[in-house]
Amino acid sequence: MSRREKIWWVVGGVVIVVYALFPIAWIVSLSLKAPADLNNGQFLPTGLSWENYSLILTGGASDLFLPALRNSFGICLIATAISCLLAMFAAYAIARLDFPGKKLILSTALAVAIFPVISIVTPLFNLWRQIGLYDTWPGLIIPYLSLTLPISIWTMSAFFREIPWEMEQAAQVDGATTWQAFRKVIVPLAAPGVFTTAIIAFFIAWNDFLYGISLTSTSAARPVPAALGLFSGASQFVEPTGAIAAAAVIVTIPVVVLVLIFQRRIVAGLTNGAVKG
Amino acid sequence: MSTTTLPPGERTQPKSAPPPKISDRSRSERRLGWLLAGPAFAVMLLVTAYPIAQATYESLFDFRLTDPENRSFTGLSNYWVILTDQLWWRSIGVTVFITVVTVAVELVLGFALAMVMSKALAAIRPVVRAAILIPYAVITVVSAFAWQFAFDINSGFVNPWFAWLPGVSETTDWFGDTWTSLFVICIAEIWKTTPFISLLLLAGLAQVPEVLQEAAKVDGATWWQRMRKVTIPNMKAAIMVALLFRTLDAFRVFDSIFVMTGGANGTESVSFLAYRQTIARLEIGLGSAVSVLLFLVVVLIAFVFIKGFKVDLSQQRGDQ
Repeated sequence: MSRREKIWWVVGGVVIVVYALFPIAWIVSLSLKAPADLNNGQFLPTGLSWENYSLILTGGASDLFLPALRNSFGICLIATAISCLLAMFAAYAIARLDFPGKKLILSTALAVAIFPVISIVTPLFNLWRQIGLYDTWPGLIIPYLSLTLPISIWTMSAFFREIPWEMEQAAQVDGATTWQAFRKVIVPLAAPGVFTTAIIAFFIAWNDFLYGISLTSTSAARPVPAALGLFSGASQFVEPTGAIAAAAVIVTIPVVVLVLIFQRRIVAGLTNGAVKG
Repeated sequence: MSTTTLPPGERTQPKSAPPPKISDRSRSERRLGWLLAGPAFAVMLLVTAYPIAQATYESLFDFRLTDPENRSFTGLSNYWVILTDQLWWRSIGVTVFITVVTVAVELVLGFALAMVMSKALAAIRPVVRAAILIPYAVITVVSAFAWQFAFDINSGFVNPWFAWLPGVSETTDWFGDTWTSLFVICIAEIWKTTPFISLLLLAGLAQVPEVLQEAAKVDGATWWQRMRKVTIPNMKAAIMVALLFRTLDAFRVFDSIFVMTGGANGTESVSFLAYRQTIARLEIGLGSAVSVLLFLVVVLIAFVFIKGFKVDLSQQRGDQ
């Protein structure tokens, strides 16, 4: 590659970084603006103000935001855990055993992944009201499985296919017990795949808005995206812009940190064997 | 990025040659296979097949939650009401518009990003890759708010920054009109989902044999010729999979519309129409019928992709 070409590719890389970070920078800047600054039409605040953060963490909007944060964490973690557990068994069977129906399971996962969420919301809305699951944690955890389970099965099967399973036998030949071989050989090999799958599944559940807004009505179960969407509706404050921006930053930063730490694995998980020639 | 799979022939997984009779071992393997994968399979069916069956059933009734006593069987009349209503066709139009525009732009932009990532020097590659993942990880609602505030007539910086462009001024109300609203909605969607496409394309790009590129170069092919004759044909599978996933995903668009316009000014998508009928108006019968129709459209699109464009998903192991 010539020197000039190199420079162009570096410029391209910089453009990508700016593309990715620009809206994030904007929302961070917005969250740090004082109320008087909010409508000044400038990208950067004139001075740093923590007012928006104190509003959502301790002030008037905290009873909207904090329960939502707790709900989101709890519901997404439980949904992720359940789907990872189910997917672990399924992916093991798909990667290692020979049985008819493998293809059926993978195609079903695919079909569920492209299923329009609203087509599930409509019937559940009525059913959940009748059986008392409306506005509860299980009432969201169950439909969240339709988001997290298919991707968990696909991603984990892809990871499990890469595991050199014969090492298990090799360890047994060397005198390890079945349990030892599983614990010392297979678990360390499988753990990264399971972990990556969990992160991706968590992202997807964390991102949900339609279930959250349709199947909850109070802070008993309402997750963060739905609460954010209603900030403007429930006008407790004159201008919710700053509060929304601050809340957006709080729910975005942990995810961005996760991405930065595990980026290599997440990319592998998202595209693992996606395009086998 | 490239996965280290052995070619299928060299896999060391247990592989039973087709035996004349099912041996005990393979029978027990079958049983174990379904025992392990069964629960996941059952849960998937339970959370999708059951609701869609329920929706189909409810779509045959005239049923309002506010008036449960007067629930009555009306057959297909809900479908007739919807299909003869302008609202439905308008929401289909909006959805198709958003889908076509975003997917087309994302494909081109995603391809450019994938090219940069594949050529980027090893030193900056991790940085670029981490950056590209950020939009993917940001909640759709947050991205929608960020773009909405950017274009907002009061808090936004877009109007002052771009006031020199024809048609843009300090007082341009982007959310006061159908087309400008859709423009901003599309930008937010594109920003958020291009990374996913570009990662899939990047994986496809890695599959293009370097020898072919070199050979074409030696034969004097220009950059554009190599792109058209070598690169793109060799990553057709990756392009089609990315297209299929994004098209179906875009067709469900809801979050950005809810946040930015609330469906005002004729920006309602099909998902939004179903939401409004069911959740806001409590018209369970009508809402269910819209949901079922949307489901059928999605199935149709998937069918066209898989049969028409011969996307072979059995060889693809990726997902969104």
